[in-house]
Amino acid sequence: MTAALLANIPWEMLAWSVAKAVFIIFLVVLPLVSYTVYAERRVSAAIQDRVGPNRTGIPTSLLGFKKDIQLFLGGLGQPIADAVKFIFKEDFTPAGVKHFYFWLAPVLAMLPLVSLAFIPFGSTFLGEKMVIADVSVSVLGIFAVTGCGVYAIVLAGWAANSKYPFLGGIRSTSQMISYELSMGLSIIPVLMLFGGMQLSSLVEYQAANGWLLLPFWGKGLSLERWLMLLPLGISFIVFMISVFAETNRLPFDLPESETELVAGYHTEYSSMKFALFFLGEYVAMIVGSALAVVFFFGGWHLPFIPNGAGEGGLSFLNFLPDWIWGIVNIGVFFGKVTVLLIFFIWVRWTLPRFRFDQLMRIGWLYLFEIALANIFLTAAIIALTNK
Amino acid sequence: MNPLLFWLFSLLMLGFGVSVVVNRNPVASALSLVSSFLCLAALFVGLDAYFIGAIQVIVYAGAVMVLFLFIIMLLDLRAEERRKFNKVAFFGGGLVALAFAAQLIGVLGKHPRGDKPFPALNLPPGEQLNDLKHVGETLFTSHNLPFQVVGVLILVATIGVIVISKRELK
Repeated sequence: MTAALLANIPWEMLAWSVAKAVFIIFLVVLPLVSYTVYAERRVSAAIQDRVGPNRTGIPTSLLGFKKDIQLFLGGLGQPIADAVKFIFKEDFTPAGVKHFYFWLAPVLAMLPLVSLAFIPFGSTFLGEKMVIADVSVSVLGIFAVTGCGVYAIVLAGWAANSKYPFLGGIRSTSQMISYELSMGLSIIPVLMLFGGMQLSSLVEYQAANGWLLLPFWGKGLSLERWLMLLPLGISFIVFMISVFAETNRLPFDLPESETELVAGYHTEYSSMKFALFFLGEYVAMIVGSALAVVFFFGGWHLPFIPNGAGEGGLSFLNFLPDWIWGIVNIGVFFGKVTVLLIFFIWVRWTLPRFRFDQLMRIGWLYLFEIALANIFLTAAIIALTNK
Repeated sequence: MNPLLFWLFSLLMLGFGVSVVVNRNPVASALSLVSSFLCLAALFVGLDAYFIGAIQVIVYAGAVMVLFLFIIMLLDLRAEERRKFNKVAFFGGGLVALAFAAQLIGVLGKHPRGDKPFPALNLPPGEQLNDLKHVGETLFTSHNLPFQVVGVLILVATIGVIVISKRELK
């Protein structure tokens, strides 16, 4: 009986999947999250003409030395200190909360990590595709996970049994449901041009035919692709605005606007439970940036760097073994993601917050209609150029 | 699909399905329904029907149930939890369920068990069923009229909701 059950498990695939999941979550995304928080504090400080956290290094002064050892930028130990602080803080559960849901909500807040499974973060490494779940409808998979992300905030707001978190939860639900529509509609032009929903092959298409926003080689030199820059540009702008709203970042951070709602849905949370909401928000940001990179900026591809099989790129670079380029491609992908993350931070510390009625009006009256009209524009261009 | 996963997700789905009915707390019921939907989506994925699985999660778990949960939380339904256990309703409901199960067994028992297994999808190894394309082609060619009729139906329902909710404003 057990032999029959264990007979056709694809062990090799399972091992690769586990290895990729562990690599991307624990070695890439969670460190990236903590250093995005650090970058957020340093960039905001630079924008506001302050210094920011520049003191925490390796704490050798605890051992009796005169100074802490500073890594090259200063303050790079800050995320580690933050994490230790979060873990050792008192984990306070207020009286009157609905216990089960109060504990469930921070767990669900880490749900955005699941959508990383669908994102192709590299070309190939030792012949294995660098994407955990290479399904034919990975775009829909990501939207499915994002759609469920709202449960964490709704449950957190409701379970806290207090009015400000509840208002934050309500705001967030309506905001996320509204902007999910324009986010989904905004990328349809991309899918129409590419004619599929598999993200890994979308990146391969861009590597061969020019990035969607930089059509300089392959099919990208055709008239169709240059005309498509207009709808694709619109779709990029709508997509980015929707991602800002979906991840509850300024100028759309109404669910936790401090001036009105104390801290919104996570007001009653402390210690590691709060940290999980915090992590979830940054993971959602990383997923949003990764999606924008995959859709519009060619994913892991840089024109002069070969892919993991040693194809493409400048020919004199081919003396190095192929697996090195597999790793370089992963680095290129996360480099592009980092640039977009800095953009997220830059926007946050530049723009003030919208009012809630303005937020709803932008979502329903402008972005939704623009995204819808954009689909017809794309269809018209495809129909005209494919005679 | 591995039988182990099939049994796991089927049992989870049925368990959450029972918990939808048994729970007194409406929020717990709604969340059980969401979990049940997720397990159903997992079963679809196990059958290589990724499109249906993803749509199942997006539409039911991601949109419909969020709105349900939203309304339940806004209304703060407590009456259901306070209501006493009704013996007559319990046994009456049980009787109806048993009668239905008996009928189902009777009908299904008349058919002999199939001797042929369901034909496997003959996909080349490493290939995936392009179900997205199949669904799209079927919807827009052979089932174009029903598809558009359903679209009109949904439009009418939307307009109806707006008309009903606007009437009270006057």
